[in-house]
Amino acid sequence: MAGGGFLLSFRWTDALAAPLPESAAREVSFNSYLSISPDNVITILSPNPEVGQNIKTSFPMIVAEELDADWKNVKVVQANLDTQKFNRQATAGSGAMQHSWDRLRKAGATARLMLMEAAAKRWNVSSATLTTENGFVWHKESGRKLNYGALATEAATVVVPTEVKFKEKKDYKLIGKPIHNVDNAEMITGKPLYGLDVYREGMLLAMIERPPFGTKIKSADVSAAKAMPGIVDVVIFKDKVAVLGKSTWQVTKARKLLKVEYEPDGAVESTTDHDRLMKQLLDKQDVKPSRKDGDVDAIFKTAAKVITREYQAPFLSHACMEPMNFFAHVRSDGVELIGPAQLPEDTRKNVAKLLGVDIEKITLEMTRMGGGFGRRQRSDYSMEAAELSSLLKAPVKVMWTREDDMRGGQYRPAMRYRFQAALDAEGNWIGYRMRGVGVNSGNSTRPDHFPAGAVPNFLVDSIDHKSPVTTSPWRAPSENFLGFAEQSFFDEIATAANRDPIEYRLSYLDRAKKSPTGAVKYDIDRMKGVIELVAEKSGWGKNKKVFQGFSAYFSHGSYIAQVAEIEMQNGNPVLRKMVAAVDCGVVVNLSGAYQQVKGGIIDGLGHALYGEVTLKDGVPDQKNFDTYRLIRMKEIPDVEVYFVDSAINPTGLGEPALPPAAAALANAFFKATGKRLYNQPFMQEDAMKGVKFG
Amino acid sequence: MANYTLQINNKNYRVDVEEDTPLLWVLRDNLGLVGTKYGCGIAQCGACTVHLNGTAVRSCVLPVSAIGTKKITTIEGLSANGEHPVQKAWSELDVPQCGYCQAGQMMTAAAFLSKNPKPSSEQIEEAMNGNICRCGTYHRIREAVALAATKRK
Repeated sequence: MAGGGFLLSFRWTDALAAPLPESAAREVSFNSYLSISPDNVITILSPNPEVGQNIKTSFPMIVAEELDADWKNVKVVQANLDTQKFNRQATAGSGAMQHSWDRLRKAGATARLMLMEAAAKRWNVSSATLTTENGFVWHKESGRKLNYGALATEAATVVVPTEVKFKEKKDYKLIGKPIHNVDNAEMITGKPLYGLDVYREGMLLAMIERPPFGTKIKSADVSAAKAMPGIVDVVIFKDKVAVLGKSTWQVTKARKLLKVEYEPDGAVESTTDHDRLMKQLLDKQDVKPSRKDGDVDAIFKTAAKVITREYQAPFLSHACMEPMNFFAHVRSDGVELIGPAQLPEDTRKNVAKLLGVDIEKITLEMTRMGGGFGRRQRSDYSMEAAELSSLLKAPVKVMWTREDDMRGGQYRPAMRYRFQAALDAEGNWIGYRMRGVGVNSGNSTRPDHFPAGAVPNFLVDSIDHKSPVTTSPWRAPSENFLGFAEQSFFDEIATAANRDPIEYRLSYLDRAKKSPTGAVKYDIDRMKGVIELVAEKSGWGKNKKVFQGFSAYFSHGSYIAQVAEIEMQNGNPVLRKMVAAVDCGVVVNLSGAYQQVKGGIIDGLGHALYGEVTLKDGVPDQKNFDTYRLIRMKEIPDVEVYFVDSAINPTGLGEPALPPAAAALANAFFKATGKRLYNQPFMQEDAMKGVKFG
Repeated sequence: MANYTLQINNKNYRVDVEEDTPLLWVLRDNLGLVGTKYGCGIAQCGACTVHLNGTAVRSCVLPVSAIGTKKITTIEGLSANGEHPVQKAWSELDVPQCGYCQAGQMMTAAAFLSKNPKPSSEQIEEAMNGNICRCGTYHRIREAVALAATKRK
């Protein structure tokens, strides 16, 4: 590809794929992923949970590529949880592709060799004289060919080869192409796909009243709710009150009649408490550093200039469009679980433990998820369904309303960072110190991030405040805010040193390469590659009429640099465009990859601008999308995406585009207005007063 | 509880439900038409959008008793096999990510295009602004609405 990258601008036409024949009964299985029927339907199981990251399309593409299959004959089936067949059936940490790349390639490549071997026997020729193409084995010499279906039964009896050679990138026919989502036809015609679409004979619908954070039930009067039409039972369990009935609306109405009083059961906290606590923790002494190079204390004492900045992030709701829900049917002979789960293995383990049932007796069917963003890594809602089904001895679907979802915790942790940089008289960056504190954030820092290796005196530490407010991973955990904070701070350092931020960054990456201090755990060349590409594609510094902001970030194995472009219109800054340069190794599905980056940027911008959950006495103030604002169509900038042409094994892409987006915006905003943004959501910052986005 | 006869996707359905039941839950709980989605319950996200006599409405706040003889179209009835111009455009541009909001997006788009067959980019944005896509597929939605406009006969 010319210029080291390519602009994704594709448009193609296709009709909805014709349905493939049903032939499961005669399928010949080659391995955990793949079976082929004599009538030539190639069935590929996709083992990982699908949240919209497009894994259900991308994984089978890899098997089909090495198999040399005709994609038109491929039928993709979502696998159930099956730890005998599969490893790491999880949607977490943008890790699926990195984990499964070789496994998937091997599944396709070994089956291909077995099919060739079967053809060699049938034709009595050496398999070395055979080739494969688009679902056929060919003997070019004699002009003979057979499709895979015709060879499947014989091929399955061939000894599975242990040594396989994978295709080279230049020979790919599917990988790197914009292959459409395999569920498109069902999604656009409204077929049942999601957990909330599960309805079963005799199923009870359950909604649950949960206590404010840090409280327990003091008293509960459920009599009025229980007397309502259509209500089967009202159950108090684990400081929750469940209303079960036959229709969603009847349960909704009955629930409003619950009279539940709560009393403290631990710390009952408000956002004002968290704000105060986090500021105090930033000054705490004697914290064990997670990385320390050189002598930070000494260098800050002698520095010509010290820059200190703090950044704060609120709790965020994951706000998956499909609220939490799960179906469970606990019977005497086993447990059936159906629903959205990012970590289905954990879900099953937790349910087994809760009910005292053997894991082998629990089946778990994974549904397509209406978003995940980390929220569905928790099993709280699936355990509720299992517990209620066990208590009621009936199939139960638990449904969280939007209000339950927004007020029920598992938030992106609130965080606060303090960054310090020491510069010498020439503007050289000689010292760096940063601390992250958070509310149930775990380690909110990444101690080996740039400028580790580039700045000789370096210290990172973190402190976590334990709170009853439940938190969980939220798309790009910690990085979702760290990316903004550190990339904004680096922009301030370059400004203070009177240098161009891109040129300044590149010079320190060179330093990390030539004379590193301590370990360098990011790939300097890949980082420089995306920075140089984004500078080229954005025309960095060339258009004096627009204000550009830069950021570059490494997470989940991938490198992304972004440039935001703001135009002033009648004194109002308008975010026109985001340009992203991405190095995620081999791009598997161009259509999915393109959208992951665009969507990640939109997500990063939207939450930085608007998102916030605040608490008063353990009760969230935001309830629904009227008070928790998500970004909408009129507010989005154009987004251009360029991928580095790479042959490196694929690295993460579900998360990496998000962290640097808000920083590029904030840095462009500074150029346009002279004002810095430090706290999210931006729209509540003084600097944003009177500014209208979108 | 009361009996209602609803005209949905050119078929008549009889249901016995409480009169304040939102159409959304009649569709999903009583009729098995689960393509219409619940997202917020307060007409803020658009996931539950259906057509009432051709106009896009939020079924999560539309009581069944208010419908009368008006004709309802849901995503299942937008076309027989996904061949409505909006569905074709959605497919061609590979719009969905998680897909959960897309039925509502398409229903909004289809009603909009029937009233404004040749919209400007600004008009598309205005029309679609009430529908949230948490995955951020807005660029493709915008492009798909414009493409669908070119496909309408």
